[in-house]
Amino acid sequence: MKSHRRRKLTIIIFLFVGSLTTVLISIFALQHYIDHFYSPEEIVNGEVPLKGTIRAGGMVKPDSLVYDSTGLGVQFDITDLTGATVRVHYEGILPSLFREGQGTIVHGNLNEKGLFIAKRIRAKHDESYVPPELEGLIEYDDS
Amino acid sequence: MIPELGHFSAFLGLMSAVGIALFGFFGANQHRASWVDMSIRLTKVQVAVLALSFLLLILAFLEDDFSVLYVANNSNTALPWYYKIAGVWGAHEGSFLLWTLVTAVWTVLVATRARHIPLKLHGYVLGTLGVLSFMFLAFLLFSSNPFERLVPNVPIQGADLNPVLQDIGQIIHPPMLYIGYVGFGVTFAFGIAALATGKIDSAWARWVRPWVNVAWLFLTIGIVLGSWWAYYELGWGGWWFWDPVENASFMPWLAGTALIHSLSATEKRGAFKNWTILLTFLTFTLVLMGAFLVRSGVLSSVHAFAVDPQRGLILLTIFILVAGGSLVLYAFRAHTLNTQVQYWGVSRELLLLINNALLVVALFTILLGTLYPLGHEWFVGGEEKLSVGEPYFNAMFVPIMLLLSFALAIAPISRWKHTPMRLVLNVLIFLGGSAVVALLLPWILADGVHLGVSCAVALAIWIIVTHAIACYRQRKALTLGFIGMSVAHVGFAIAVIGVAVVSVYTESKDARLEIGESIEVSGTQFELVSVQQTESQNFIGERARFDFGFQQSLYPERRYYPIREQITHEAAIAPGIFKDRYITFAGPMDDNTWGVQIQNKPFQRWIWFGAVVAGIAALIAMLDKRYRRLSQRDLETKYPE
Repeated sequence: MKSHRRRKLTIIIFLFVGSLTTVLISIFALQHYIDHFYSPEEIVNGEVPLKGTIRAGGMVKPDSLVYDSTGLGVQFDITDLTGATVRVHYEGILPSLFREGQGTIVHGNLNEKGLFIAKRIRAKHDESYVPPELEGLIEYDDS
Repeated sequence: MIPELGHFSAFLGLMSAVGIALFGFFGANQHRASWVDMSIRLTKVQVAVLALSFLLLILAFLEDDFSVLYVANNSNTALPWYYKIAGVWGAHEGSFLLWTLVTAVWTVLVATRARHIPLKLHGYVLGTLGVLSFMFLAFLLFSSNPFERLVPNVPIQGADLNPVLQDIGQIIHPPMLYIGYVGFGVTFAFGIAALATGKIDSAWARWVRPWVNVAWLFLTIGIVLGSWWAYYELGWGGWWFWDPVENASFMPWLAGTALIHSLSATEKRGAFKNWTILLTFLTFTLVLMGAFLVRSGVLSSVHAFAVDPQRGLILLTIFILVAGGSLVLYAFRAHTLNTQVQYWGVSRELLLLINNALLVVALFTILLGTLYPLGHEWFVGGEEKLSVGEPYFNAMFVPIMLLLSFALAIAPISRWKHTPMRLVLNVLIFLGGSAVVALLLPWILADGVHLGVSCAVALAIWIIVTHAIACYRQRKALTLGFIGMSVAHVGFAIAVIGVAVVSVYTESKDARLEIGESIEVSGTQFELVSVQQTESQNFIGERARFDFGFQQSLYPERRYYPIREQITHEAAIAPGIFKDRYITFAGPMDDNTWGVQIQNKPFQRWIWFGAVVAGIAALIAMLDKRYRRLSQRDLETKYPE
């Protein structure tokens, strides 16, 4: 009976230590790899750290899309309901569902000049779907 | 009339579910064969009425009946007929009708194909499936009715199916995935029934194992199809994004994989009984959690369906009822299960325990990463919105999989109870040989050495070698079970090689080319030869021709769908065993230049090939004679009635 109990205790201690370690490592890793989301207003107000990757989102301002004269570089403005505007630079082919006048979410970092260098641009899958981040930032028509 | 008939049929399905549940449970409880028989008969009724309901929705799509809201939102007269059918499961309501139909099919299969199991167990299994079916159908009918009419303003034209979904992937990926998901509902029901009867032994494990394998096979195929589809359809050559919705399908897969392994110990040694039961619950709970995450819109994802808070609430309720209910039952009945199994050293039990521990740890790190943004929003609140990036998942998942690979290579020579140290040391010798081969690989690929890739490839080769040797040594007494295990592990190793190599050695170049200009990627020249206008029923576009290598050509396309004002990039891929060439065409950049992205992706196919091999292995293992040979004996000796 005693050895049986000791065995059970070992298992419980092992499980406890194991799961504690896992959770601690995970949380440590999470601290490093979390991307914060900022609206154009927050970026313009200078609330964004220059270091590290962030996400930003808003509406792609109509007629703001400009292609570089060489390469695949492209620049456009994102804006929110407050009218704050951030210029985004992206090197590569824009995703299928990217359009002027529609919402978008960009991944990347802000440089010293306030230009957002996007490494990834997120496309939507379903045009009636509003990413939770963009709720309240831009207007969607239901038609 | 047709939509109303479909709606009514689904309602009849709901009624049958009530019958299946009541007759199943009380038949088992009162030990009345005639009641369980009634439940079995009702499963046939249910599958018939739900199939009818589903067919009628297909009919509404084929007939372009835009008076039905769901059809109007997801179809169009210009859509080819096969996409009209696939459009049935192109959005939430219709896909959930398919989900309920799949549940009914699984239920009728368990009812008719598992007649050899004891009456009590059979009754409880059917009863549980009836309850699940009832909850799904109630959710469908009361919050997601695909037959809802759009009167009096019937549109002349539908809004079209999302162009991204107009693909062979949409036709087969969701049904496979749902078959897999709901298949774990069957193992869940077996878990509940085991607690209800209080008897879980090797016979029970043998009855469950084939069902787990089939569910796992379909889920595996479903995930592979999704990955392959994303790879060519989204146009960027990515095959896994750690997107919340992908994670929602991957977490039950990990739990299901753990369940398959835990069941083997329960069958052969009567070990890990409690744990096996908990895994049947965990797997299906994760399936429901996935359904909640995908269909409630709480998560930001490229796959998510449109938002509806009420639906989310109902799905959350179902999730809590199933998770909570099963755990409460477990708390009351777990004492009926007892495990007293001795093993020491590097025994097969220990390896299975390590497997399960690592898979569950991997699962929880993914769960944490997936739910963290939600948890932060709910508990910390505020305006700040977070997301957890791919680096987190890679940093957590990859090391765990390498540890798992290590344990896996020893698996084929391990013995139950205790493995002689001599055998373990023998196997370790092969690791050295595999490491040499793995270091040679970068030279074959003519690229730099990457330590992580070499480690992964060394472990993978080691796994393949040890399993081949084990099968050769046992060639006189090889069972399908052992072959299945070996093939599955080799499939895993193949996938590991693919993931490691493609992740590190992919080369990608973006360029802007004039006609006749070329660009070099990974030693191959790609020349833009021409660009032509294309046109079809529902889109217009440009199609480029690239020549490369020895008279090979690729034709990537950029399409514009006027109905939804949407652009898609149809990438062109030259698949190969050792490398994929992948071209995305961006269309005109100015008057005479065209945007293009060209990628060289070595060993890309190995990922899916490995997963498919593992899926086939599940089928091989399922055909093992002992599942049939022993079941009659079990029934006579262990369950005399």
